Formats: sequence, structure tokens, C-alpha cells
Amino acid sequence: MSISSTKRKIYKTTMLTLSNVCMAITVALVFFLVIYIFVKSIPYFTWELVSTSPSYLNDTIGVLPDIMNTIYIIFAALLMVLPMGVGTAIYLNEYSNRPRVEKVIEYCIETLAGIPSIIYGLVGMLVFCQFMGLQTSLLAGALTLMIMNLPTIIRTTQESLKTVPQSYREGAFGLGAAKWRVIRTVVLPSCIDGIVTGCILAVGRMMGESAALLFTAGFAHNLNGFFDAMNSAGATLTVALYVYAKEQGQFEVAFVIAAILMFMSLAINITASVLARRIQRRKEA
Amino acid sequence: MFQAEKKFINTEKIAYWVFLVLGVMNVGFVLMICVYLLLAGSPAIVKIGPLDFLFGTQWASTAAQPKFGILPFILTSVYGTIGAIIIGLPLGFFSAVYLAKMCPKKVRMVVEPVVDLLAGIPSVVYGFIGMLVLVPAIREIFGLPDGSGLLAAIIVLAIMILPSIIKVSVTAIEAVPEEYTLGSLALGANKVETIFRVVVPAARSGISAAVVLGVGRAIGEAMAVMMVAGNAANMPYSIFESVRFLTTAVASEMSYSSGLQREALFSIALVLFAFIMIINAILNMLLKKGIKR
Amino acid sequence: MPTSENASAADTSANVFTVRKFNLWYGDHHALHNINMDIKEHSITALIGPSGCGKSTFIRNLNRMNDLIPGVKLEGSIKYNNEELVNSDIDVSKLRKEVGMVFQKPNPFPMSVYDNIAYGPRTHGVRNHAKLDALVSGSLKAAAIYEEVKDRMNSSALGLSGGQQQRLCIARALAVQPHVLLMDEPTSALDPISTGKIEELAMQLKEKYTIVIVTHNMQQALRISDYTAFFLLGDLIEFGPTEKIFSNPEDKRTEDYITGRFG
Repeated sequence: MSISSTKRKIYKTTMLTLSNVCMAITVALVFFLVIYIFVKSIPYFTWELVSTSPSYLNDTIGVLPDIMNTIYIIFAALLMVLPMGVGTAIYLNEYSNRPRVEKVIEYCIETLAGIPSIIYGLVGMLVFCQFMGLQTSLLAGALTLMIMNLPTIIRTTQESLKTVPQSYREGAFGLGAAKWRVIRTVVLPSCIDGIVTGCILAVGRMMGESAALLFTAGFAHNLNGFFDAMNSAGATLTVALYVYAKEQGQFEVAFVIAAILMFMSLAINITASVLARRIQRRKEA
Repeated sequence: MFQAEKKFINTEKIAYWVFLVLGVMNVGFVLMICVYLLLAGSPAIVKIGPLDFLFGTQWASTAAQPKFGILPFILTSVYGTIGAIIIGLPLGFFSAVYLAKMCPKKVRMVVEPVVDLLAGIPSVVYGFIGMLVLVPAIREIFGLPDGSGLLAAIIVLAIMILPSIIKVSVTAIEAVPEEYTLGSLALGANKVETIFRVVVPAARSGISAAVVLGVGRAIGEAMAVMMVAGNAANMPYSIFESVRFLTTAVASEMSYSSGLQREALFSIALVLFAFIMIINAILNMLLKKGIKR
Repeated sequence: MPTSENASAADTSANVFTVRKFNLWYGDHHALHNINMDIKEHSITALIGPSGCGKSTFIRNLNRMNDLIPGVKLEGSIKYNNEELVNSDIDVSKLRKEVGMVFQKPNPFPMSVYDNIAYGPRTHGVRNHAKLDALVSGSLKAAAIYEEVKDRMNSSALGLSGGQQQRLCIARALAVQPHVLLMDEPTSALDPISTGKIEELAMQLKEKYTIVIVTHNMQQALRISDYTAFFLLGDLIEFGPTEKIFSNPEDKRTEDYITGRFG
């Protein structure tokens, strides 16, 4: 009796300690990553670095083109993925009356979500850069990012369409409104915050993406306007970080880029969780 | 009296078809990816010979007499993934148990976003910190000439799959009906015993889904691994060996490749894709099983 | 079913709905059996019966709301005036404009009071501002809620009380100028005072509209309706003038139900 109770005590203590220690390690890890990047990058932050282009003549480095490229590519990709993703979600949740078609589409979305980014990069290169003749360009990169982020937008939109009360739809149908009008005037306006959350998550993923962009968007650091940039090659912040850190050994620049990326992911995470909490509250109400 | 008016019906019809087409385009994208990978990936396999390609232990793509054996990459990806799971699973699993069952609500409100942040950090940032912190540390501790290699990649991957493992496990653990816990407590088991002997076994299939999801993430990761694994096409005989994964084999040579070498890189991508499809199928099966229960 | 046949033998010119041998299945479940019923113009017809008896299912066929539910199979005939509704290829949008519906739970859209009422007219192509304004205030007045909301036309309809919301929904249904108003347990989510207002409103509205109301409240049926139909387990047990159903029912089951022996 006493042996078994000692055993039980040991078991309990071991498992409790393990759980606490593992959680502590995980949390400590995150804090280490964040603090390490911020502390190490502060000395290298100069206004010149974030506001200029690199110049071989003056032997200076600037990350402004990379920042702009990142913004351009995210903007372009979002512009394309939003109608596609929201449209697919609307089809699946509101229109589909053929379970077979629905199942196939759902399966394809799951597949898209599981494909690694390097494969997207390769196929993007084959299809957009070569077959469609876009060369290595931000547009080809944006198209690749669009396909990659479809599942994110579709899933969050679907979740949010589910929170729209059925009684809204019934009310509108009962007044003789047809489906598209009901969706446009009653359903979509009530789930706009869910779609916004999806966009924010997608922006986060696009910002962090690198492998898919190596061979589709390229490495150039030229400062261009939006339309010129779309037609020419350009490195995003993540690709630039890779190039500066791994191939050129420019750790100062890399630290600054890493800090910018880290700050952006923090901001995106906080915004997304605030929005998600709001939606959750509405769901419970 | 209720005859359909032309214009009115038309907008609705158009909307229906637009949405149907948008939905079906997703299928088109998947087919596009499959077809292009097959078209681009199969010629080299045929030219080199499937067995020589898959089981050849030497990759020397730019040598005078090129060799295209990708067994080193396959094994590296397999070992690397297993290693990442060995480290990441216990860490993630116990963290998930803590989050789902042991921690006060207030702590959870803080810790969950922290775990989410881990998922939001770009992989190049992981690679970068790995290069600057992990690689030198391994070099010092084990007294090696170079710290980059399989071990560094495994540790980076383990950290990167943590959020997936934690999130899915937490969901699985929370899906276990409260009655199980109450029943066990009523029999005199304490809280910890109840969690590990009743709740966790009941959440088995969900936790295995978490593992499979982690495997998928690990095997598909390219950039972070490329920055810490050393990138030599060695067989992974030891955990300190400088190695290439399937992903990094493609990424490291693609920009300057040509001819059969380039075709072979697409074949590697095809092999990687096959791995991923198998993992996805297993994942779907596990998730469905979890829902059924 | 002697009573319903008697009813059908009467003058059919005043029938708004003529229901004959109507059957409905949800998948394999046979939910309505062989329903025959005539609904008279400018009257209130109450559908009563224990929950699950099919009364709500039935009323949703009168404006084809069951189209929204997958797996529903229909047989028989429901004629609205002379238009066949069952399995016919009509424009349901136009049908629903003539046959409006008020639901069990008040369901105003998350828009302003004005936009809620204007939603129906706008759906059917009314764009003229003066005309919309007139329709909105007219409908609100007809639904006896104008005085309460006239100063908050542009604030959200979700801020109104439950009873106000339901009258708003009635006003919304009236704004498309229907001929028939279907009410599916419109007072079951409301307090007694709001219920009284809705009942009073229904009795006023029958001058201009034909009303079909589903209710689980027998006093309500007795107070406001001209005809009553008693449903039980998917069968229409008895249908006739309300006084007769409540004072001298022909079927034993009707008597048991209205005297409170089950349900």
C-alpha cells in the first residue's frame, strides 16, 4: 500500500514537473528569439539603412527597395487571393448543392494547404515565369503567393460565414430577395471582420514566405514604382535577409531586416488575435 | 403571373456561375501543380533510371561524370524529420497538456498568443538565429570544425514544428468529454493520473494528427534548414554531418542548374511531393477518425 | 376528413390557397400526409397542434421557403389563386413578394430601421427616394410601430426591444405590399404585452391582407382567428371555423388537444 502510494506520488510529481518545464522552455524560447533579435539589431538601425537603396558606388546598403517589394507583392497577391478565396468560400457555404463537387473542392483546398512552399516556388517558376512568359518578376511571385494563401482565406471566410445567423438569410429570402442579393446585402456585411482576419493571417504568411519567392520573384534590390516593380525582379525582406546573411555575410543588415520582420509578425499576431476574440464574442452572443 | 423577368434572373445566374468557377479553379490549381511536377519531374527519373535515382548514394551533379543518386537527401529528410519529432513532440505534447489542463485561465490568455507568435516568425529568421546562435554553440560544445549540419537542422525544425504540435494537441485534448475526467476522479485517481491515463489516451488520434502535421511541416521546410544544415550532399552518417534535405537540394542548385541536372532537381521535387501527399492522406485519415469518435 | 371537404364545397372564388392531397417528405421521413385545405381571403387562419406536428413545415410551403432545405420532396397540389406552387417552375421571388413571412424569432437585419424596411422594396426594384420614404413610413404605421421608431430611423434595428423588433419585421414584410402574410409562431419569443400588440395588429391587418398564423397558444388561436386547422403527427385532423373547432369539434383528438389533455 505504501509502496504504491509512493509510486503514485513520484508519477504525479514527475508528470507535473515535465509539463511545467516543457511549457517554460517553449515560452522562454519565444522570449529569447524576440529579445535576441531586437537587442542585437538596435545598434545597426540607422535611418540611412531603412530609407535608401543599396549602392555599389558608395558601398552602402539600404533595405528600402526590399521593404517596398514586400509591400507591393503582398498588396498584389491579396488583391488576387481575396476575390478568389472569398468566392470559393461563398460557393462552398452558400451555393453548393452538389455534395460531390463540394467534396472535391474541399479536398483540393486541404491539398493546397499541405504543399510545401519550395514546391510552390518551382511550379510558380514553371507556370508563371516560363510558360506564361512573366520572367522572374514580382507579379509571378504574387501569383504564386495567391495560390499558396487560398486555403487561409477560404477557411477563415467559411468559419465566418457559419457565424451569420440563418435567420438573416431566411428573412431576406422571405422578402423575395434572390441568393446573390441576400449574400451581397445581408450575409457578407455581417462577416466582414472574419474576412479581415483572414487577410491579416494571409499577410503574415506572405510576409514570412521566402522559399516560394526565390525562383519566382528573384533577388534584385531596385527601387521601382508599383507597376514597374510588378514587371521586374525584386527581393522581398525575407529573401533579402537570406541573401545578406547566408551569401554575403552582411549580418548588420540581416539583423535589421530580422527585427523589422519580427516586429511585423508581432503586430500581425496581436491584430489577428484581437479580431478573433471579437468574432468569438459575437458567436457566443 | 410569376413568369421570370429576364434581367433579374440573369444577375443571379451569372453570380452562381462565377462562384462555381471560382470554386472549381481551386481544383484547377491542384491539377496544375500535379501535372507540371509530373511533366517536369519524370524525364530525369526515366533517363537516370528509377533505382539509380532513388537509391544512388552519390550526388555529383556538376562533375565530369555526373551522378544523380538522391538517397542522401531522402535519408537526410527522413532522419531530420524523425529527429525533429523526437525533440519537438515531448516538448510540444507536455506544453499542450499544461495549456489545456493545468494552467490557470489568465496564464493561458498570455501563453497562447506567445505560442502563436512562434508560428508567425518567418523561417528565414529561424535560420538566421540558428546560424548565429545554434551553429557556433554546437561547434563549441562538441569541438567540431563546423557546427552546421544535421543536428543544427533538427533543432531548428523541432522549434518550428512546436506551434503546430501544441495547437492541434490542445484541440484534441480539449475535445475529450468532461465525463471521462469526472469518471476517473470519482474512482479515486488524482488529477495528474486522470490527465495522463484517461484524457491523453482518449485524445490519441488527435495527438497523432499533430505529429503527422509536424512531420509535414518539417519535411517541407527549406529556407531555415538551408541556412544551418551545411548543404554538402553527404550521406547522413552522423548527426554532425553537413547535409542536404530534399527541399534544400532543390533550392541550392536551382538558380545555376541546366540540362539533366535541372531535370533531376524537378525529380527531387516530385519525390518530395509524393512524400507530402502520403503524409496528407495519413493526416486526413487521422483527423476524420478523431471527428468520428 | 369531412370538414375540409365541406369547406372546399363552399364558394371557391374567395380561396387564396387551395391545398389538395399535399404530401411532404424530409428524405425518408413522411412529414405531411395528404393535406386538404382552403384558405379564405381576408381571414385569419390559425394552424395549431403539438410541436413536431408539421404546422410550421406546412406554412413554409405557402411561399416555398422549403426550397432552401435540401432533400425535401413534395407531392400533390397547392394553388395560390390559380398558380400551382408544388414542384412548379415559378419565380419564387415574385411569389414571396405577394406572400410575405414573419418568423418565430424576430430577425431584423443588422442595418438601420429604415434600411430594414426598405430592403424588400429595393429588392423589387424601387429606387425612387420619395417612394421609398412613403413605403417605409406607411409600413411602419401599418405595423403600429411608427411612433416608437420615427426618431431613430437611422440607428440600428438591433437596438430595439424584442416586441418592437417583431413589429419591425411585420412592417418589413408589409413594405413589399403583399397579399398574404404568413406568421410562424410570431409571438412565441415575446412577453405578454408585446404579444397583445401583435395580436391586435393581426386583427387590423386582416382587413387588407390574408393571414395564416402558426401558433402553439390555443387562446391566441381562439382570440384572433376565423378558421383553425388542427395538425397532429403530420395529419390535418380537423379544419373549420374557429368557433366550431373550439366549441364543437368533430374529432375526439381535437377535443383532447383543445381541452389540454395532451400536447
